[in-house]
Amino acid sequence: MEFVVFAIFAALAVLAAAGVVVARNPVYCAVALLVSLLSVAALFLVLWAEFIAVVQIMVYAGGVMVLFLFVIMLVDLEQRGFDLGAGRIGPRPSAFERGLWAVAALAFGALVLSLMVRSLDLPLPGADRAATMLQGPYAADGRGLGNTEWIGMLLYTDWLVPFELASVLLLVAIIGAVVLARRDQADAPAGKGAA
Amino acid sequence: MTLAIEHVLVTSAAMLTVGMIGLLVRRNAIIMFMAVELVLNAANLNLIGFSRFLPDPIGQVFVVFVIVIAAAEVAVGLAIVLALYRNRDTVMVDEASTMKW
Repeated sequence: MEFVVFAIFAALAVLAAAGVVVARNPVYCAVALLVSLLSVAALFLVLWAEFIAVVQIMVYAGGVMVLFLFVIMLVDLEQRGFDLGAGRIGPRPSAFERGLWAVAALAFGALVLSLMVRSLDLPLPGADRAATMLQGPYAADGRGLGNTEWIGMLLYTDWLVPFELASVLLLVAIIGAVVLARRDQADAPAGKGAA
Repeated sequence: MTLAIEHVLVTSAAMLTVGMIGLLVRRNAIIMFMAVELVLNAANLNLIGFSRFLPDPIGQVFVVFVIVIAAAEVAVGLAIVLALYRNRDTVMVDEASTMKW
């Protein structure tokens, strides 16, 4: 049962990811990305990560996707034609060149997969510690993993400094995004962005 | 058939490969950012998978950090795309290959 649910959503996630790459209309790409990310959230649920699944839905469906769609609508893609087409400065890459890139990416994927499978034979350092954790007070539901309590415990004790640094990073990113996307006051009325 | 770590790894590697293909063959900067999201999600899937099968909840803590960094990257990246569009009238990366005009 667990495997069946995982297989369905894994296939959906990968197929939707392929849709992101092949769709010509950027809005279709965004919708395919949303389907892929929601499928990954479902996979997280199967893998005992309930809190992360909810965070995934809130951050990606609620935040990142809105950002993508805003930018797609602000940027007028129609005037140049969509991707892979008109208005290029350099020579258009040949089918051979594109095929070469695809083969390079597939080889990269195979390399990563072989490294990951190879790493399964290595001794896993966290296993002993995890076994003791599973017998702790947070093992109330019989498996001790995936609940918000556990993540909160770890985040606010062992990982407090990285957690605070992450919030500083978000603040810096917000300020940076505003500064970059802001139009200069001086040339705002004559700016070509309005055209 | 029971769920094993290998299934998670294969799914993750497939998503990562698709994301890498997207990064390499597309030239629309917005869609390249979407491909980066796919790559980061493949990494997250890997972390969650190992967290499930070790089992060790620390993998889920790392996923929180990855999501934070992905959100920051997308915010700054899309702001750069907007600035690029305002200055060059394009979001195609091969038409913006010079740093200075």
